[in-house]
Amino acid sequence: MISPVAQATDPWRSHPARIVRIAEEIGGVRSYDLVLDNTAVRAAYRFVPGQFNMLYLPGIGEAAISISSSMATPDLLTHTVRSVGNVTAALARAKVGDPVLIRGPFGNPWPVDRLADRDVVIVAGGLGLASQRSLIDALARHATACRSTAVIHGAKRPADLLFQSEYAAWKAAGIDMHPIVDVGEGGWSGPVGLVTKLLDTLPLDPQSTTLLCCGPDRMMTAVAEKAFARGVPADEVYLSLERNMSCAVAHCGLCQFGPLFVCRDGPVFSFDRIAQFLAVPQC
Amino acid sequence: MVVSPSPISERNIGDWLRLPPAGLQLLIETLAENHRVVGPQVADGAVVYRDLRGIAELPVGWLDEQDGGRYRLHQDPTAGFFDHVVGPHSLKNFLFPARETVASFVRTDGEWVQQTHAPEDRPLAVIGVRACDMAALRIQDKVFLGSGHVDPGYQARRQRLFTVAVNCRRAAATCFCHSMACGPAVEPGFDLALTERDGWFACQIGSPAGHALIQRLATADAGIVSCTVEEVDAAKQVSIDLEASMHARQPEAGAPRPRSLDTHGIRDLLYAQMEHPRWEEVATRCLSCTNCTLVCPTCFCSSVTEVADLSGDHVERERHWASCFTLDHARMHGGSVRSSTASRYRQWVTHKLAGWIDQFDSSGCTGCGRCITWCPVGIDLTEEVAALRHSDPP
Ligand SMILES: Cc1cc2nc3c(=O)[nH]c(=O)nc-3n(C[C@H](O)[C@H](O)[C@H](O)COP(=O)(O)OP(=O)(O)OC[C@H]3O[C@@H](n4cnc5c(N)ncnc54)[C@H](O)[C@@H]3O)c2cc1C
Ligand code: SF4
Ligand code: SF4
Repeated sequence: MISPVAQATDPWRSHPARIVRIAEEIGGVRSYDLVLDNTAVRAAYRFVPGQFNMLYLPGIGEAAISISSSMATPDLLTHTVRSVGNVTAALARAKVGDPVLIRGPFGNPWPVDRLADRDVVIVAGGLGLASQRSLIDALARHATACRSTAVIHGAKRPADLLFQSEYAAWKAAGIDMHPIVDVGEGGWSGPVGLVTKLLDTLPLDPQSTTLLCCGPDRMMTAVAEKAFARGVPADEVYLSLERNMSCAVAHCGLCQFGPLFVCRDGPVFSFDRIAQFLAVPQC
Repeated sequence: MVVSPSPISERNIGDWLRLPPAGLQLLIETLAENHRVVGPQVADGAVVYRDLRGIAELPVGWLDEQDGGRYRLHQDPTAGFFDHVVGPHSLKNFLFPARETVASFVRTDGEWVQQTHAPEDRPLAVIGVRACDMAALRIQDKVFLGSGHVDPGYQARRQRLFTVAVNCRRAAATCFCHSMACGPAVEPGFDLALTERDGWFACQIGSPAGHALIQRLATADAGIVSCTVEEVDAAKQVSIDLEASMHARQPEAGAPRPRSLDTHGIRDLLYAQMEHPRWEEVATRCLSCTNCTLVCPTCFCSSVTEVADLSGDHVERERHWASCFTLDHARMHGGSVRSSTASRYRQWVTHKLAGWIDQFDSSGCTGCGRCITWCPVGIDLTEEVAALRHSDPP
């Protein structure tokens, strides 16, 4: 006997949503604004920056994607996606009006409630900024009374810098923007090099700094090292990890990192919690 | 003092009964009225779980000999119904099946509607579950029921599961449940537990469902009476004696080495040895075949694939067992996190014996020995851990 799903607690329950807008970001990356179909589901949906959804295309598959929109508008969920494989390439072919199914939100978010009176340094490598956009938005709206916010965003080329159209608004809200590129082409007059280079010179008070980093593992380890060299303690450095995952509810085991389930215990971890395993190659 | 047997209708949970083979036959038949009954049977050279119609199908008179990469059955006229120990199957094969549809979707007029499946109509009853596999059940319960999210399929099967456990009279060389505090005596949690005696079974009632079944049998003339105090003591002594003998086992020339595992401080030991050269050494032997993870009664990794019909309008999400020994397990854009066999073997052992303790407050290993027996090259985690323990950190 088959009947429509009744059990709200089934972790495999996906909620139908619709693409209402698609924005071309940088090469190979698009943002999809999704609205949940069911009004009750939509009204109940709440997330915190750093959390992610499992976006599902029946017959194609499912992918973990950070929520990159504002916490203030939880009925419109933006996902900024790079096309790299099966699901993400299918999304790249999708049009406004197409259905996407959502499970979520999942995961341990950025420590939003621990940022009051802190000097917040956000470091993003490439698409890592997607998982931090809703956090920057919250800080720009003064949702948490942090003391200052600086964003260091590294990309390959100037054209690969994400969310450039928003920098003016973020700056106007008092956020210090520090984009940096590997290759300074096309009349780029900003800094060239790795994000760690900017961390060397960024004025900071190690006692009041909280650093939040998202990017490739190797880049995050280098950033954390640099922060420690500047005197920032390990429990004030947060990293968002990316791992393969199938269920997002600590059942499938694919995302394990040491004893941690990245889907549930992460993706955001304080450095001291994962230092032991980050130090081990292929852990 | 011999107490005259009282009628079993007065018996309670925890009580012991004398069950003749005919009583076990009746028990199986009665369970089969509303359960799918499975039990151990000899098939393709091994004792495996199969649908069971009666005691004639049980592996009476068969013994298994197990060692690293080796499993052999032989007949022994002195062997009883349950003197074989664990084969490649465990409760995992039924409660967390190798393939299962976890969600399905139908598209009508461009809209996807999620369907749900009613739980299988027949609850499962398993005859012959050993202490280590009852322990594995408790461990998988923590994974699928106790980690914040409930797996509905597992829960539906688990809630209706009926277990007829068996206290082992004999251990294989590969068994080390005594090291893992998982046996050989069956811990509470069973519905009924059998201890095989000379021509009869001492049967302990472990749950209301077990009690209800015994009540039903009592009305039939199955020769079921209460055990005497002496019979109960003698039955309990079986597990005590076996456990003592497992602790006392010594290697003998020409016989498989009896396994044991020193679990003292094992979590910290393994975390401290993450970069030990021994992992590379194991990797020269390990085939990354995944056998160990498939036979392990607690391994729970899985992944989901999409199964669509030709129209594309009917999609099932099929969950299947995954293994940390494959490259796909930790595959991401940019390659697998664990590209070397050494890192994958390390992942398995450190998860099983260390990470599990952090995650679920218990070891992930019950000491059933299956991973040793069914490894084609006989890699033995007890040996690998001993090697890590008896060498200095790099
Ligand atoms: C918490 C979290 C948040 C994330 N947030 C975002 C986000 O905001 N935006 C975003 O774009 N991504 C994000 N990701 C990453 C995203 O989940 C993956 O990129 C996505 O799952 C890829 O899915 P896919 O089906 O498109 O690719 P897949 O088809 O699964 O392929 C993934 C990669 O593996 C390779 N691959 C797959 N199978 C094989 C094989 N058999 N052999 C060799 N190579 C193979 C592919 O070439 C590709 O490089 C996040 C991940 C996590 C865990
Ligand atoms: S790790 Fe090996 S001995 Fe331990 S429970 Fe799994 S299969 Fe049995
Ligand atoms: S340890 Fe043995 S059973 Fe496990 S993957 Fe390696 S070769 Fe296969």
